[in-house]
Amino acid sequence: MIRKLALGTALGALAAGAAFAAGIDVKLGVLNDRSGVYADLSGEGSVVAARMAVEDFKAKDKGLNVEIISADHQNKPDIGSGIARKWYDAEGVNAILDVPTSSVALAVADITADANGVLLDSGAGSTALTREQCRPTTIHWTYDTAALANGTGKALTEAGGKKWFFLTADYAFGHSLEENTAKVVEANGGEVVGTVDVPFPAQDFSSFLLQAQGSGADVIGLANAGGDTVNAIKQASEFGITQAGQKLAALLFFITDVHALGVQTAQGLSLTSAFYWDQNDQTREWSKRFMDKHGAEPTMVQAGVYSATMAYLAAVEALGSADDGKAVVAKMKEMDIDDPLFGKVKVRGDGRAVHDMYLYEVKTPGDSTGEWDLYKQISSISGDDAFLPMLDECDFTKK
Amino acid sequence: MFELLGIPPQVLMGQLLLGLINGSFYAVLSLGLAVIFGLLNVINFAHGALYMAGAFVAWMLLNYLGVGYWPALILAPLAVGIFGIVLERTMLSRLYHLDHLYGLLLTFGLALIIQGLFRNYYGISGLPYRIPSALAGGHNLGFMFLPNYRAWVIVASIIVCFGTWFMIEKTRLGAYLRAATENSALVNAFGVNVPLLLVLTYGFGTALAGFAGVLAAPIYSVNPNMGADLIIIVFAVVVIGGMGSIMGAIVTGYMLGIIEGLTRVFYPEGSSVVIFVIMAIVLLIKPEGLFGRAA
Repeated sequence: MIRKLALGTALGALAAGAAFAAGIDVKLGVLNDRSGVYADLSGEGSVVAARMAVEDFKAKDKGLNVEIISADHQNKPDIGSGIARKWYDAEGVNAILDVPTSSVALAVADITADANGVLLDSGAGSTALTREQCRPTTIHWTYDTAALANGTGKALTEAGGKKWFFLTADYAFGHSLEENTAKVVEANGGEVVGTVDVPFPAQDFSSFLLQAQGSGADVIGLANAGGDTVNAIKQASEFGITQAGQKLAALLFFITDVHALGVQTAQGLSLTSAFYWDQNDQTREWSKRFMDKHGAEPTMVQAGVYSATMAYLAAVEALGSADDGKAVVAKMKEMDIDDPLFGKVKVRGDGRAVHDMYLYEVKTPGDSTGEWDLYKQISSISGDDAFLPMLDECDFTKK
Repeated sequence: MFELLGIPPQVLMGQLLLGLINGSFYAVLSLGLAVIFGLLNVINFAHGALYMAGAFVAWMLLNYLGVGYWPALILAPLAVGIFGIVLERTMLSRLYHLDHLYGLLLTFGLALIIQGLFRNYYGISGLPYRIPSALAGGHNLGFMFLPNYRAWVIVASIIVCFGTWFMIEKTRLGAYLRAATENSALVNAFGVNVPLLLVLTYGFGTALAGFAGVLAAPIYSVNPNMGADLIIIVFAVVVIGGMGSIMGAIVTGYMLGIIEGLTRVFYPEGSSVVIFVIMAIVLLIKPEGLFGRAA
């Protein structure tokens, strides 16, 4: 009898021990474009980055059981919304990561707020995520259209590019990028001499480039992304536009785009980025590990997924639970984050992660020593100058 | 000098020329489709994927084997054509006796698979391919700067288009081909190897797509989706020209390139739909297409 009791106690203790070891369950969902135009700049690379964050955070040792799942939103808001809803309602996902394509990100932000989850957005550009549609469960980590405008737009206007002509991708993102940049250009004494709305997506930009050439503008602003930007730059070089002295401003430009163009064609272009693999020892070390797993250097979006995940896990560890999304986000807003890739980061009350941005120039073929040796840093822009000031009604720390 | 709707003639001339260049691509691609449809009765949805494959083969030749643009202009279409022949022999030829729809579905599926494979191996961002040094630079025509390479695109496409038209309409081989489509059993009975004719036709049509791909590689982004974006427009061109009409496909290709170019000046937002508007109008007024014969 005593023996049986002892056995029972031992088993009970064992069961209790197992329950304790189970720790905090965290489920992360990486929702992005895995097959379309943004698949290279987010896609599987973002999943790799999220996994690296879980490893580097040593989540297991800290009692966090982290599981990562992923899905393709195909850049369609309806598909993205459907997946997000299913993840929160049926699969117990605590946070959704990445979500490029602004229209999808805005839809997922609302669903996240309803479900009290967390949206850690890295891939989308719209400033609406932390302004018109700010939510207490949204964190916008890597960049936004205003930061791009404040980087590239301001630098080129100050360098003497006073007259601007925009080639704008004819959808929400393109118009928002154009509008933000035009404001910065005008605030710095420049003017917009013309705009042409280019249907999206486009193969041939020669007609539009010729119109821009004829306008007498100093700078041709490309308010587009991905394959459109690559095509426009390739053709501008072909038509001798850059050689004739007009400057091109690729307002949203990723390292994968530069890689696709080659330095021969892309040389001399200015661009704004939150991250470049060859910034310092820490970014080089991390990017090397990323390269070994993924076969390409990380974009700022993928680096942003890593950093946001690290900060998120730290907040969950501090709270001891991932269940209350609003609380986790509030915790992240309290923390002082010193990130290996983004340096000092402060998450504002509106969910905007504020960190330095950098202005780069694409190297010349003579300066570039390797396939991915592409950028030369021109200047750094402090986070407060780069991002728009916070709207009072979006400051959730006061509510 | 006169101005048309506030557009100076220099600008107009420039846009006409650019339209002609785009029209060159439409013409070569729609020609391939028209040849395949006219002679095989197959609606070849894989055409865009094969065009993309042509551009990629040119890139592979350069980066893996060090073979430059000029040999690639022959070798890449050859490779794509051989691939087309394999497709025809192993799959497509089994569907000739069935409804058009089956060929369409098969080639559509093949297009998705081919694009998916390239996307898997090469990503979506695209790959760089430089303009051959002999054609770098350009000339100032007074009204616009014409890159030498674009001038070459026009010349090359005109030669290929009219060469093809001549071969099909004016030679003995072409006569066999046309006869075989009218009544293959009879032509077979005369001792002409009809299956061989058909497989060569499909190979030739796909080689044309590969050729257009190589032409496009230096000026457009070489990426797995480059054909998917173009194929729908090219189908509209074929429909407007008249399904299966060789001359119709060529002339309509150039013409629509020019109309699209003009739309880009007068109403840029509409430039991506103008071809489809024309298609709808043509289908309403002359359903067999501008150059087609009533069925």
